[in-house]
Amino acid sequence: MTRLELPALRHEADALWGFAERQFNLVKRYWAWEVLWLFYSLVSVLSIGYLASGLGLAGFSARDFHRTQLYLLVGSLLWSYLSSVFTDVSFAISWERWEGTIEYTFMAPVRRLTHLLGICLFAIVYGLLRSAIVLAIAIPLFQLDLSRSDLLAASAVLAAATVPLVGIGILAAVLPLLSPEKGDQMAMAVQGFLLLVSGVYYPLSVLPAPFQVAGRLSPLTYTLSGIRDCLLDGRHLGDEMPIIALLLVMGAILIPGGLVVFGWAEGRAKQLGLLKRSG
Amino acid sequence: MNEKTAVSLSGVAKGFRTWKRGPNGAWWRRRRDLKVALEPLDLNVPAGGVTGIIGPNGSGKSTLIRILGTLLTPDSGSASVFGLDVVAQAPSVRRHINRVSVEASFFKELSCWENMLYAARLYGSADAGARRRVEQLMERLGLPGDTLDRPMKQLSRGQQQKVAIARSFMTTPSLLLLDEPTTGLDPRSKREVQELLRSLRREREVTVLLCTHDLDEAAALSDRVIMLDHGKVLADGTPAELCERYGQPDLEEVFMQLSGRSLAEDEEESE
Ligand SMILES: Nc1ncnc2c1ncn2[C@@H]1O[C@H](COP(=O)(O)OP(=O)(O)O)[C@@H](O)[C@H]1O
Ligand SMILES: [Mg+2]
Repeated sequence: MTRLELPALRHEADALWGFAERQFNLVKRYWAWEVLWLFYSLVSVLSIGYLASGLGLAGFSARDFHRTQLYLLVGSLLWSYLSSVFTDVSFAISWERWEGTIEYTFMAPVRRLTHLLGICLFAIVYGLLRSAIVLAIAIPLFQLDLSRSDLLAASAVLAAATVPLVGIGILAAVLPLLSPEKGDQMAMAVQGFLLLVSGVYYPLSVLPAPFQVAGRLSPLTYTLSGIRDCLLDGRHLGDEMPIIALLLVMGAILIPGGLVVFGWAEGRAKQLGLLKRSG
Repeated sequence: MNEKTAVSLSGVAKGFRTWKRGPNGAWWRRRRDLKVALEPLDLNVPAGGVTGIIGPNGSGKSTLIRILGTLLTPDSGSASVFGLDVVAQAPSVRRHINRVSVEASFFKELSCWENMLYAARLYGSADAGARRRVEQLMERLGLPGDTLDRPMKQLSRGQQQKVAIARSFMTTPSLLLLDEPTTGLDPRSKREVQELLRSLRREREVTVLLCTHDLDEAAALSDRVIMLDHGKVLADGTPAELCERYGQPDLEEVFMQLSGRSLAEDEEESE
């Protein structure tokens, strides 16, 4: 890798902003779709919350019920955030193929890291914003007991989770590059698998051993358990340091690893002629 | 290699894998076919001027352009742009090139300016004067003043193509890859785009590769034409030279003599 001089660095920063700005402009222009998506996320989270209310009728003690409800809501809210980032990033690539701009983007004198970071950063900021809206609507609907929760520590875990999430985002962007026709469906399938193994709605211990192993490799698992520790069990920042460190280490592996895989997929696409618009 | 060489290809070949289901094979089994797009090709283009790449649909013009644009890797041989290898030094090559393709490739819901700004940011030319420069370019291309703030999808095909040309100019490439820039344009837009190419040719600051299957256009605009058919070079020279060499009145007839087909006939069985 060549050393970056200051003007080159400024160019990359400008390009990074360019990608994020482009995504923002697209969201703005397709706002009606975005409202529908938001509605969809909201009803998914709400239905999980009411699922817990339903279980409460089945004779749980009040304390168990509140705990279960918070447990499930944390899972569904985080999942809606993570899956929106995953979808947005992989969609950013397949979208460009559909628009026919993909060759122009790949031909531009910009590092791939800059390109992918720009897309991931927008997806993360936008995902957080959407989740905040969902949260603001969901909280008053359920009598959540957050008196024992350490919100600051939970936020710290979430912030650390951003790093491996960028890595997962980059890997998600690989899928539409592998197959113009099936990339989006592949992204859905991978997402479904992550949902299955990452302990979103149940502890890993209920899973068969091979799935447990997969779950232990997923940064999502640690994000969820860290945040639940802080919200359900009132654990503090100090207690969560090992999880935060683990998430950062996972990110430090996933981001460069994701870039290598993306580079491989880009090379393959250039070999097979997959970059042009399908057809 | 005398003076400065803009493009140099040696033995560049490209084929594409396609999958076909055999007539009586099992339903899950597909046969692998190789579609040759470019036969091993040697080519040198000196810097400056317009070189026309002509040939019917499917003759390999776009494949050549994509290889030079770092969007396809050749199967064999090597290609370089201003001495930089398009595979090994792709990031450096990208700084010198831009491309205009048949289909104007834009985010159609975004405004013209939003598309331009995106490109400017990627090429590091999004400074305070960017908007003014884009406005001047668009004026030169005969686009109405309010075009810049309209969504791309509201522009006509001709206007979109001019915006695509303006976008490629904005990044001041030294090698401009034009892939059928006038195909499908109305006669007036076509003339305006051709006029612009003529002025580029006079200025000689940028090297232009112009792919087209319009042989009159190629004859009028190119210093040199390379005639491709089925991925092979049929003829190479100035338009006048070629007509003289084969004793034909125009390039259309030259193509006919060399390939045994007329270009117009070929359009129907394209792909
Ligand atoms: N990405 C691709 N995948 C599969 N086949 C391709 C691809 N690009 C081009 N081809 C095939 O290669 C041949 C040459 O195509 P192309 O270079 O686009 O020709 P031209 O631009 O002269 O019309 C055609 O037969 C075309 O079908
Ligand atoms: Mg073509």
